Amino acid sequence: MKNEKLKIKKGSILSPFKAVNYLFKKPRTLRYPFESKEPALRYRGFHLNDWDKCTGCGNCADICPNDAIEMVEIPELESKPEQGIKNERPKLDYGRCCFCGLCVDICPAGSLRLSRDYFHIHFDTDTFTFLPKDEKSDKEHFLSSENYSILKASLAHRKQNYEGFSPDLDYSLFEPLRTTMPEVPPEQRKLSFIEQVIGYSKEEAKKEASRCLECKLCEEACPAHLKISDYIKAIYEDKPDESLRKIFEDNPIPSICGRICMKHCEAACSLSIRGEAVAIRWLKRFVADSIKDYKTALELKQAEPTGKKVAVIGAGPGGLSMAYFLTLKGHKVVVFDSLPGGGGMMRIGPPSYRLPIEAIDKDVDHIASLGVEFRFNTIIGKDILFEDILKEYDAVYLGIGTTVSRSTKIKNIDKARLALPFLQQNKIGSAIKVGKEIIVIGGGNVAMDVAREALRLQHMQYPGEKVVTKTVSLEDWDEMPATKEEIEEAKAEGIQFNPGWGPKEVEVEDGRVKGLSCVKVKSVFDEQGRFSPTFYEEKQMCLEGDMIIEAIGQAPDFSFLPKEFFEKLEFTPRRKVKVDENGMTTIPKVFAGGDIVNLNLDAVTAIADAKMAAEGIHKMLCASRSP
Amino acid sequence: MSKNLAGQNSTSARELELYFGPQHLGMVGNFSITLNVEGDRILEATANPGYLHRGFEKLMEYRTWIQNFPMVCRINVVEPDSMEMIYAMGVEKLASIEVPERAHYIRSIYLELARVGSHLFGLWAYANMLGFDTVAQWAMYHRDLILDLFEELTGGRVYHIYIWPGGVRRDFPSGFKDKIVNTLHSIGGCVPDYDATFFNNRLFYERAKKIGKITQEQAKQWGATGQTLRATGMKFDIRKVEPYAAYDKVDWDVPVRKDGDAYSRVWVIRDEMIESVHMIFKLLDAMPEGPVYNRIPNPFKWKIPKGQAYVRCESSRGELGLYLVSNGGDKPYRVHFRTPSYPNGLIVLEKLLKNASIADVGNIMISLYVVAPEIDR
Repeated sequence: MKNEKLKIKKGSILSPFKAVNYLFKKPRTLRYPFESKEPALRYRGFHLNDWDKCTGCGNCADICPNDAIEMVEIPELESKPEQGIKNERPKLDYGRCCFCGLCVDICPAGSLRLSRDYFHIHFDTDTFTFLPKDEKSDKEHFLSSENYSILKASLAHRKQNYEGFSPDLDYSLFEPLRTTMPEVPPEQRKLSFIEQVIGYSKEEAKKEASRCLECKLCEEACPAHLKISDYIKAIYEDKPDESLRKIFEDNPIPSICGRICMKHCEAACSLSIRGEAVAIRWLKRFVADSIKDYKTALELKQAEPTGKKVAVIGAGPGGLSMAYFLTLKGHKVVVFDSLPGGGGMMRIGPPSYRLPIEAIDKDVDHIASLGVEFRFNTIIGKDILFEDILKEYDAVYLGIGTTVSRSTKIKNIDKARLALPFLQQNKIGSAIKVGKEIIVIGGGNVAMDVAREALRLQHMQYPGEKVVTKTVSLEDWDEMPATKEEIEEAKAEGIQFNPGWGPKEVEVEDGRVKGLSCVKVKSVFDEQGRFSPTFYEEKQMCLEGDMIIEAIGQAPDFSFLPKEFFEKLEFTPRRKVKVDENGMTTIPKVFAGGDIVNLNLDAVTAIADAKMAAEGIHKMLCASRSP
Repeated sequence: MSKNLAGQNSTSARELELYFGPQHLGMVGNFSITLNVEGDRILEATANPGYLHRGFEKLMEYRTWIQNFPMVCRINVVEPDSMEMIYAMGVEKLASIEVPERAHYIRSIYLELARVGSHLFGLWAYANMLGFDTVAQWAMYHRDLILDLFEELTGGRVYHIYIWPGGVRRDFPSGFKDKIVNTLHSIGGCVPDYDATFFNNRLFYERAKKIGKITQEQAKQWGATGQTLRATGMKFDIRKVEPYAAYDKVDWDVPVRKDGDAYSRVWVIRDEMIESVHMIFKLLDAMPEGPVYNRIPNPFKWKIPKGQAYVRCESSRGELGLYLVSNGGDKPYRVHFRTPSYPNGLIVLEKLLKNASIADVGNIMISLYVVAPEIDR
């Protein structure tokens, strides 16, 4: 202790007065508000929200630990469910907000950011709730730095371009990338009809399911409004049975839809804005495939028989769904179809590498097991008359779809083949002998199916030889109606594309197809957006080929309807069958749905139509039952 | 201690109950001590927490794993960072989450910055209490420079919400390394001034020496950790005993003093600040490149497997522990913190105040580095 005392004494008694030096130095403090310190670039201040990017998903409100965020409806904004946009925007309560920025890191759109403003003083507590709106569109509150003054700083007087803590995908609270779906590689899959998509394993499905943020934008985008977040959550929680039950509430053909659905849901998925959408379709497929027997998993309760009989014409997705929903309600359903099995267009259209027959039969057999009677190989108008059906049954549902391939009607087109018969025969009949150089006319998904199927047949029929399949379409790359995915997969398999060319004439030599002469397209649609192609007549080319298949669209076939009924059937201006809110056509007792009614032309919309019409039929049948 | 009680040896004098805090100039934080005094001598002291109870441990049971991060730092206002760290460590242990190498370094640097900031704040309180207002102002200013660094790194000055399970929330912004170095150099450059005006000042020596003396045995028995324990000569630091983050990656030393009094404790705080600054320089040099964050599961679906974990780290005031229980749900089932101010502020303080003089209450309390919000959670 003595030593320490000595040590201290060593210091001059005046040494503490060193501090006096500081009196002559520049002050370290700022004379606020005349001098102010610029907040850091990452500063977490008041919110900014880009309304153009914000989808109203509400994830910010869900994650907020203080319930400071409320989603409020903005009537001026338009809801666009098919694009995954709601007209709700987050409203902040700064009495609760703790500026943690969780909302920023969870925002899938990246629209919500924090600014570097942090001052708001007001006597009115209501001003502390605030609807952040982007500075670009809010000229009233966001002022350029010349007009801004710190002396007036408040939520109503903020500085423009003052972004602070911003979203960063590397640190986001959601996983932007999808679990890769195992697939057969293009070089291998083009040699046979092996199913391209292998399907998720249980672990992969759980991992993919874990990405879902449960914002439910997808459910609004889905025409059939499946409870998507619920069934995905059930997959994540390892409850496939519950997941299947959730799917079956709105969609009784998950094995089919899990493979070929047009996935409107994934286009609306909030994760798709800056990353990849949750693989909703593949997850549905996983559930359908992982459950061997739907019946035990579903534990369906069927209503007491009502004694009413309903005829369903067409065993496609719409017809199958109608049969399922009405059977559950206790009505007797008979399904007529000209094909030897169920599925309708699904049975003949999508090639086996996309939708194998077994996957279809799984769904159809389950519906049959509920007591639905299927009369296959039955052509209405030939094997049984429509008027007899109408007499015998209490209601009739037309789910006939579009079954006739359209033709370009160019010169010598009779030498070409049509898409649907080509697909049908290859899928449920014997394979067609194909040429070595095939030209497919069309740029839609059916054209992709035809081209990719033709390529497989070429490889199977001419192993080791040089074979070519090319497509020609009026539309250029960016307008092509086929999905990007299909185009990419077709390209990977080696399909050649000729976008922006219009077929002019089939070149024939000695009665055999030699090629297709084409003319360059100027534009496909007119100013009103109607289909009306124009061409540069001087720019022509000839594609060589020994086989031509047309895949330019389909039309419905109403020939089974007797004339007096067809005349009663009303159509919309876009040549669709007119139905009321119950799905009933202008012919009493006759309901309709699917491709002949809606413009989407896909399976899930047909299911949605059938669900609505099933309610309509049920209502009508119940009304007629009670005196 | 009898020295301070000259002429006060009659026990028959009237006893007086004296409230020290929560509204008292010498009290830092919402905390109070009821003193039973006889003249200037304290017969008995009773620590009264409860003015700052916010029910954090219970509130955390009602928030999801990730929603607790903005909450947990608020338990300790002075140094929220070790709270973030301990909770992240607990969650990582329960959920088996790996942390990238660079994130370990960033965590250590960040925690050491927090330690320097916290110690400067402690120095402000202590110097202020002794009447060294100038030194207190310096300490406060230098702490503000550390807060500027935090603002730049995390976007927040006081509550940073930066350490995250799986790493840290953002990487260093560009040029941040140099900023740390420059700031620490400018603070370090003032150490001689601090020494001359405060640490080597005779007044400080006279006020603090032999005040609030505690032996190593007593410290161990009463559960004291941190400076209180290290000032009794025991080299005990969780960063050495159970290294976490990147504390085992660089060479550093645990500063100790032998006497166990307020003087030693404050010197330990000073030495630790200097050691931390050196450690930050070493960590900055050794820091690897690479990712700083392993993505945690989707917060809306994140469930942590059933289990329990006890983790501990060295906060600026001593051993900070967390007992975390999960029943397999999306929220913690039970959270309990073992905070260093709890034994220091309740047990050690009461014992040391016995027979002390009223004028030394603040001296002892602040030298024990009591942070009231830690006691009341």
